Amino acid sequence: MRWLPNTEADRRAMLDRIGVATVNDLFSDVPADVLDPVLDLPPAAGEIEIERAFRDLGRRNRAAGDGPFFLGGGAYRHYIPASVDALIQRGEFLTSYTPYQPEISQGTLQTLFEFQTQVALLTGCDVANASMYDGSTACAEAALMAARITRRARIAVAGGLHPHWHDTLATYFRFAGLELVPLPAAEPGCWLPDGPGALPDDCAAVLVQYPDVFGAVGDLRPWAEAAHAAGALLIVAVPEVVALGALRSPGTDGADIVVAEGQSLGVGLAFGGPYVGLFATRDRHVRNMPGRLAGETVDTEGRRSFVLTLAAREQHIRRGRATSNICTNSGLCALAFSVHLALLGESGLARLARLNHEAAVRTAERVDAVAGASVTNRTFFNEFSVTLDRPAADVAAAIEQRHGVLAGVPASRLYPDHDDLAHHLLVAATELTSDADIERLGTALEEVLR
Amino acid sequence: MSGTQRGAPDRTEPLLFELGAPGRCGVDLPEPTGAATRLGAAERTAKVGLPDLDEATVVRHYTRLSRLNHGIDTAFYPLGSCTMKHNPRLHEKLARLPGFADVHPLQPADTVQGALAVIDEMARWLRILTGLPAVAMWPAAGAHGELCGLMAIRAAHEASGEARTRILVPDSAHGTNPATAAFCGFQVHKVQENPDGRVDTASLKAALGPDVAAIMLTNPNTCGVFESDIRAMADATHAAGAYFYCDGANFNAMIGKVRPGDLGVDAMHINLHKTFSTPHGGGGPGAGPTVLSAALAPFAPLPWVLPGDGGELRLQEQAVGPAAASFGRLRAFHGQMGTFVRALAYCLSYGRDSIRKVAEDAVLNANYLRAALADTLSPAYPGPCMHECLFDDSFLDGTGVSTLDFAKALIEAGFHPPTVYFPLVVSGALLVEPTETESRATLDDFIETVRALVARARGPEADGFADAPANAPRQRTDETRAARNPVLRWTPPGTCGSTS
Repeated sequence: MRWLPNTEADRRAMLDRIGVATVNDLFSDVPADVLDPVLDLPPAAGEIEIERAFRDLGRRNRAAGDGPFFLGGGAYRHYIPASVDALIQRGEFLTSYTPYQPEISQGTLQTLFEFQTQVALLTGCDVANASMYDGSTACAEAALMAARITRRARIAVAGGLHPHWHDTLATYFRFAGLELVPLPAAEPGCWLPDGPGALPDDCAAVLVQYPDVFGAVGDLRPWAEAAHAAGALLIVAVPEVVALGALRSPGTDGADIVVAEGQSLGVGLAFGGPYVGLFATRDRHVRNMPGRLAGETVDTEGRRSFVLTLAAREQHIRRGRATSNICTNSGLCALAFSVHLALLGESGLARLARLNHEAAVRTAERVDAVAGASVTNRTFFNEFSVTLDRPAADVAAAIEQRHGVLAGVPASRLYPDHDDLAHHLLVAATELTSDADIERLGTALEEVLR
Repeated sequence: MSGTQRGAPDRTEPLLFELGAPGRCGVDLPEPTGAATRLGAAERTAKVGLPDLDEATVVRHYTRLSRLNHGIDTAFYPLGSCTMKHNPRLHEKLARLPGFADVHPLQPADTVQGALAVIDEMARWLRILTGLPAVAMWPAAGAHGELCGLMAIRAAHEASGEARTRILVPDSAHGTNPATAAFCGFQVHKVQENPDGRVDTASLKAALGPDVAAIMLTNPNTCGVFESDIRAMADATHAAGAYFYCDGANFNAMIGKVRPGDLGVDAMHINLHKTFSTPHGGGGPGAGPTVLSAALAPFAPLPWVLPGDGGELRLQEQAVGPAAASFGRLRAFHGQMGTFVRALAYCLSYGRDSIRKVAEDAVLNANYLRAALADTLSPAYPGPCMHECLFDDSFLDGTGVSTLDFAKALIEAGFHPPTVYFPLVVSGALLVEPTETESRATLDDFIETVRALVARARGPEADGFADAPANAPRQRTDETRAARNPVLRWTPPGTCGSTS
């Protein structure tokens, strides 16, 4: 076995050194009747067979790049520059652990410090942590943090929150003793320009998604004013981080906590994971944050150095009184995010965001020209909602089977119990969407809706 | 290497933000058309503040930074409870196949049958290796798996009309255990350890009662020993109407050798980034699939992977039908596919015959270190140990050298130190986990180094320990300053720093 360096001679010599006859003598504390069970598993396979088996399995999936592709709904297909993957596969990054020994972990620590800075700049916040599992769990942790800060247990949630994120919140709240209060929803594709309206009493936070699940975007400031007037925090949840290259920063417009799914930069689709959760807030709340933080200091020779800091919030120090139970986070995905964003820079991110938006505008115009399809959004970034004259799931299935086009996410996939949304299709475009892709979508819609 | 050489590890690398200049860009993207936008009032007007860099500068920056890290690829990394084993590169290649890396989580089921098959097959391996009938594949890491297990336990109690409030946790537990229990609304009740490093069965039995929801034990425990009384503890727990949650962080000692289900475990997370060799990546991502007993299986989180009518696989995403009792969603979408691909490839490489060699060689290596160092260091408990061995700091008595100093001296010698000051139940702990992918020669090198260091600590040169590690990329860092005056991000020169 290529991963086991000890030879039989080594093993024999080591057993002798230990002073036992067989390796099972080292398992003497295990009840003998349960040791070495028979396992109904396949025999060992070599590298060649395994690669062949996975290539076969992979071919049973349609890759997004196999044809025109318009799926979003919380995961977005973007181009990842080749150097991102080359850099994150350097063994010093790939095979290191959490940087608990700063003298030999400055690579990870400095990249985390840079990641935190990038996330703070993007979100318009003062500080960001070193990542969470993904956007949905970051969102749930943000709500718990707001409850800790305000000592209130009720979170008002706007209607446009992605149902998976909503359901994750609901699960966390049920066990953490928080109450999820739904706010009235706007029409799909519409942003409530005046904010949330009346808020329930004793809200810890108002939580709004930006862009919302139907792609709508708008002014966050009325939401911040309403939340703050009620003594609550504003949490803004961003499902597509590239949007922040074209949209006003939530932190600048009054958000107290901003969480985002960072998958779009550097990480890829990967059937849903691993992804990377971004978590940012104001300076004054930093000691209530979940997760790890890298901070700047000096070593004994006065050189700039980085360490994990404010660990008194964390489970390995505070145990049952920690701000979160999180330990392993999404470090390598955070690195990929950071490298991709470093390559983009200010000008590249602005251009990337603009290209996404323009592709979506062109897609929307083409779709809107199809009889039986109408775009419902007034505003959007790179994803919008379309109303069809028949159930969207049927239309999407027909387009996939007859035209090889993945036309979008039927709202019924996310809202199976909402008959009123059965005719809605979520359509996303990115810098990878070509004009030819858009035309194939338009033609396919015309054929299927004829 | 000369300390003055550019890019040498003892130099400081500028921050990204200090390397940029307007006019550079690290990507070549087409020019936007400049058409009217539909962003409404949300359109950005201010700059983000990111630096503009070219590709060569970015590649050099991260390459230089990488050289400041110690990784498994660099040298021995015996970090206890973290299972720093070799990370095969085949798995990186497989996870990047377009059929896995470039698949959207909301694609129609008929276009993702290969991905669902990977999840289903990985789940089958985990069920067989643990002897438990169900597994929730979705937790993103070990602590998320703990959450999954305790949520299932609370849901099961609630379904039978019971409001149990306490969880029993030994002092030797990982910090995530009490943190998770508190997160789930439980009170944490500590149980005692024996002088031999095991949970005291009598103390555990005495603490059980009608308000206890579960016990949370790690097995082998963090003292590196197998809980030999585990079935009696499981029986007592079940007799009291409680469940047995096992922290699976140390499954590397058991894989293929012992099934937790045979020991009475009801729920256990499995760190795919430990036992199943997926890379730690400087702190993640991981995956924490959580196996569940028949009593807890109905409460498993959404979605469920189920066979469809025609033998194909489908995702049951709503709490209806067979999943009606599910406690709900733990996260968006469906798990760490990239991690499942790597872990399944790992399993297939070993197969039924040799998977138990993982545990055998891991335990053999740990006991070899223990035996070779028993007269040099001070083992905290009698042997044999399992896949890691715990030492206390009594071997340093009278030397003026602390466990921390000793760890830093190991860095100076080119090793990553063991886990230090954990578990909390022994003084100045050193928890050494070699893993099965280290050779006897590497272990001998480590043993000789430790012997020499201990001799030095006991000799007149012990002063040198306070200055270790002399040759590392950095000397010891001022952690007090970092915490008292937190600087958690770069700020442009001339602006107010980020402090709190």
